[in-house]
Parts: sequence; C-alpha cells; structure tokens
Amino acid sequence: MRRLTWFNATSLTLGFAFLYIPMIIVIVYSFNESRLVTVWGGFSTKWYGELLQNEAFLDAAWVTFKVGLVSSIIATILGTMGAYVLVRGGRFFGRTLFSGMIYAPLVMPEVITGLSLLLLFISIGLDRGLFTIILAHATFSMCYVSVVVSSRLVSFDRSVEEAALDLGCTPFEAFRLVTLPIIAPAVISGWLLALTLSLDDLVIASFVAGPSATTLPIKVFSSIRLGVSPEINALSTILIGIVTIGTFAASLTTKRAVMRKDRERRLAEQ
Amino acid sequence: MPETAFEPWKDPSAKPLIQFRNVTKRFGDFVAIDDLSIDIFEKEFFALLGPSGCGKTTMMRMLAGFETPTSGTIMLDGKDISPIPPNKRSVNMMFQSYALFPHLTVYDNIAFGLKRSKMPKDEIDARVKEMLRLVQIEKFGNRKPEQISGGQRQRVALARALAKAPKLLLLDEPLSALDKKLRQETQFELMDIQEKTGTTFVVVTHDQEEAMTVASRVAVMDHGKLKQVDTPDQIYEAPNSTYVADFIGDVNIIEGHATTQGDTVAIAWAEGQPSIIGTPTRPGMAGKVSFAIRPEKVAISAEKPKDLNNVVQGKILDIAYLGNLSTYHVALPGGITIKAQTANSRRRARRPFTWDDEVWLSWTDTAGIVLDS
Repeated sequence: MRRLTWFNATSLTLGFAFLYIPMIIVIVYSFNESRLVTVWGGFSTKWYGELLQNEAFLDAAWVTFKVGLVSSIIATILGTMGAYVLVRGGRFFGRTLFSGMIYAPLVMPEVITGLSLLLLFISIGLDRGLFTIILAHATFSMCYVSVVVSSRLVSFDRSVEEAALDLGCTPFEAFRLVTLPIIAPAVISGWLLALTLSLDDLVIASFVAGPSATTLPIKVFSSIRLGVSPEINALSTILIGIVTIGTFAASLTTKRAVMRKDRERRLAEQ
Repeated sequence: MPETAFEPWKDPSAKPLIQFRNVTKRFGDFVAIDDLSIDIFEKEFFALLGPSGCGKTTMMRMLAGFETPTSGTIMLDGKDISPIPPNKRSVNMMFQSYALFPHLTVYDNIAFGLKRSKMPKDEIDARVKEMLRLVQIEKFGNRKPEQISGGQRQRVALARALAKAPKLLLLDEPLSALDKKLRQETQFELMDIQEKTGTTFVVVTHDQEEAMTVASRVAVMDHGKLKQVDTPDQIYEAPNSTYVADFIGDVNIIEGHATTQGDTVAIAWAEGQPSIIGTPTRPGMAGKVSFAIRPEKVAISAEKPKDLNNVVQGKILDIAYLGNLSTYHVALPGGITIKAQTANSRRRARRPFTWDDEVWLSWTDTAGIVLDS
C-alpha cells in the first residue's frame, strides 16, 4: 500500500471541502431552531414538520414527480425508436441530416429550447400547465436517450438480430425478444438520465409552466427570491438524502452484477 | 458401405433442392455475384470455397433471405424464394460469430426457433433435449452463452440452427473461431451430424482443408464466378484451371509450349532440356500451356531413374522439415524452382539429401495435369 503523502492529503481535503461544504451547511441549518438562516438557535426538526404542512411545496413536488415519470417514459420510447431507426434503418434519404438533427438539441441553449416551445404552445393555443411541461421535457430529454441507446446499438453484433429473423421472428418480434433485452441496460440508463434531467430542469419548465402547475425547482427558485427560509433547507436535505440513497443503491447493484459475471466466467473456464 | 456412391449431380433425373439460375448481385458498382448458375442436391454437404470477397458469403446470405438477387432466380424445392422473407424460409443459418442470444440460457437459445413455430410445449422440450444430446452438451442447458467455452458455443449454435429441422442448413465459416485441434475433431463430428440428420448442408469457408474434409462437392469461387464445382478429389487431382490448382493445396506450375504426340503431349519448357511428357486434358492440345504437378507426385533421388520420360536434374535450394513430410525446393536449369515432397515414414532415417546436393527429380506421364494458359 502506498502511503498518503502530505501533498495528496491536502489536495484531497481541499477538493472534497470545495465540493461538500455548501451541502453540509444546508444540512446543518435545516436542523436550526431559529428562523434566521445565518444564526444558530439550537437543534430542532420543526422545519421538516412545517414543510410537510406546506401545501404549495407538496403540490410542486407531486407535479415534478408526475412530470418526471411521464416525460421520461415518453422520451425513452421515442428516443429508443429514433436510435433504432438511425442505427439499423439502413441508408435512406436524409439519414445523415436526421442523425445530426437528433443531437442538435443537446447543444442548443435551454433558453432557446424553452422559448421556441413557448411560442409553439401559444401559436397552437395550448393552455400552459402540466401537459405542456411534460411535452417540453419529453422533447429535450429524448435526444439524450437516443444518444445513450444508439451507442449501445452500434456496438452490438447485427447477426444476433439476423439469427432471430432466421429462426422465425418477424422484425418486430426480433426487436422485442432479442434486441430490446440486450439493449435494456442502455434503455434503463437513458430513462434514468431523462428522469434526472426532468426533475432538475428549471429553465425550460419556467417558460412552459402555467399558473395551474409549478414544479419544485420553480417553486424553490421563486421562494428564494423572497429570502432563504429554513423550510428550503429542509427540503434540500431531503433531496440530498434521496439522491445519496439512490446512488448508493445503484453502485451496489452494479458491483454485485460485476462480481456475479466474474464468478460465471470462472465457471466457464473450468 | 452404401451400395451406390452418393452422386446425385451425375443423375440427370435427380431434382435439385437449390437452383441458382443466372443470379447476379450488385452492391452499387461492385458485382458480388456474376451471372451464376448452380444446382445443389438434397443431402449434399456442399462447400463454397474462395478467398474473401469472392462472393461466397453473399450467396449464402441470399439463400438465408438477408439479400435479394439483383437479377436471376433462386429456387428452393422448385419454388422461387426471392419474395419470401427470412423468417418464412425453411432454411436456417449458423453464423460465423455464432450470434447466440446472450440473455437466454443454452436451452432457451435452442428452443427459440421452436417457440416461434407454435409447437406444443412438451414437444419443444423433447426436441431441445434431443438437440442437446446430438451435439453432446446436455450438461450445459442451464448456462448462459458467456458461461461456456468457445467450442461449446459452436455446438449450441449448431443445435439451435438444426432444431427446426430445416430443409437446408447454412454454415458461415463454422469452425473458424476454434483452434486447430478442436477444428479437426469438429469437422468429423459435423459430417457425422449431417449424415445422422440427413439435412442438406451448405458451408462457406476460406479454409481449403476444411472444405476438402467435410464436403461431398466443393465449389471454388473467384470474383463472383464459379471456377470449378466438383468432388474434393477431382478438384485436387483434376483442376480445370491454374487458379483452382493453385488455390487448393500446393502445386508446381511450369509454363511451356505443347505439341501433341499421339496420346501424349510434349511440353517444351526450357532450352536444352528434354520436353515434359504429359497426358492432355482435351484432345489436340497445342500452344501455350501450364503444366501443374503436386509436390508429392515428384520423386527425388540421388541417381538418375530409368524407364521414366520425365527426368530432370537440379540443385537443392531449401529443405522444409514438417515432421511427417519433408519438402525440397529444387532449382532447375532455366531458373524454375520445383517443390518435391517425401513422406518421412521412418523415424531414425538419416535425411538423404542436404543443401546444394545435385538431385534427380522424376514423375510419371500421368502425374501432372496440362492446362490451357
């Protein structure tokens, strides 16, 4: 084992301090008794209680959850279909243009995406609300799904699909029974990415959200403008907790899967 | 021993299982298959042999239904199969990469095709078990493809392709991923399985040894055309062109000028040297020809052999000792080098010749083949 040198120890401390001190402050002050954010008034969990009484926050959280779930599912379906056609569809007229266009929204500034969607919804007379946020989120996150899924499709052996056709599958059956199970990990990570992007999004949502539906990021941002309240700290702490648990669970499952694969490979070599 | 040899291609009343009729396949400007016609019969083990890019894989993919001919027709059992998609053809394929489904067990891989055909469950089970037995992998039914070795994967791929009892089984370089020893063992097993199931096999390979070992007939291809279609021994002993002679095995080719002398041809090949006497492949051969002779048919001796027409003296340039055989590279007058091969049938025999020895090479009148060049 190499010993930690003085230089390495310092870099480690500084780096992690830089990353985590802001979050630690939020967590600590969420348990503050005092209403004033900068003054420590003793330990208390009362802001968590108040948060759970705050209808506006709970509504916003519920809207965010619904938007995230529905939009990420739509984005996953559309993104996977798009990736499949662009990778497997053979050469058709305008294919290069289409593959370029599917990546364009990735580099498009969010302000422009938001504005263009807003103009579209206004011009077709769609009332802004839950539905328009779902549509907007599905639109921009399907590109991400498409990128993730197509990189997996490019790397897998085409003859596996041909074998399925050869053994009597219709093209749709071949996709459902062979292609989809093989690309499933990419589809799932694409879906998680779409979900995260949707839960996170402030800019696009603030363009297309209406008075009837507000997402959590919009709510947090607008209440910050009136001053940081301890309730926001409590909310942030809950979110940090959820993300931490999620990340731990994901890395644990991955590690287990890797270990299982290793064991199976050893078995094969016997 | 069968009473009559299996030679349906010689029987004019035999109905071919597969017929290629003037089939051409183009990919853009590239002609992969060039106006090709051929008949393949039921229960044949037919090998398509050629260098990469000769069109052999395209022929196979057209049979499987992954490509359609640009012109011409392909008939299976007397029916044009061009409009039939791959999933409706009674043709199965074993892929070069095996293309096993990584998310399914060995058992489910083999059952995959049967489940698509709406076969009752207990029949599927019986059939899968029969297939596992046939290719001797009963123990591995519950494993995933990544949990078995390369040789076992090859067996699973074969079992999966045979499970639906297709009229025709296509094998794309079936043994290329195996090491040499395993490949040789598997060749015999493949022949055995072909005989047991009575399925027509069409195998694509670039390995001439593999084609010669397994096939009832071999088609040698080059640039989308068939060069020769014949039994392995005919391909080897009676090639119809220098291309085929050169592609299959080792061969010495001597260019010369032929004149017919009764039943034989005399080939003048170097000034001041007696002509090579050979047997013509067609009557009245004359003019520029190539004389092709296999190294093992050239005898090498220290003294001049008597009673033979074809005797030349030369000097040993190189000796390749292969264990079972020794190949001598002998320089002849006129700058030609000829390979002569002898079997090392004794273990302790001293090698009789060494570098720079003057030796005599000889062969009979029928040992070589005279080809138009």
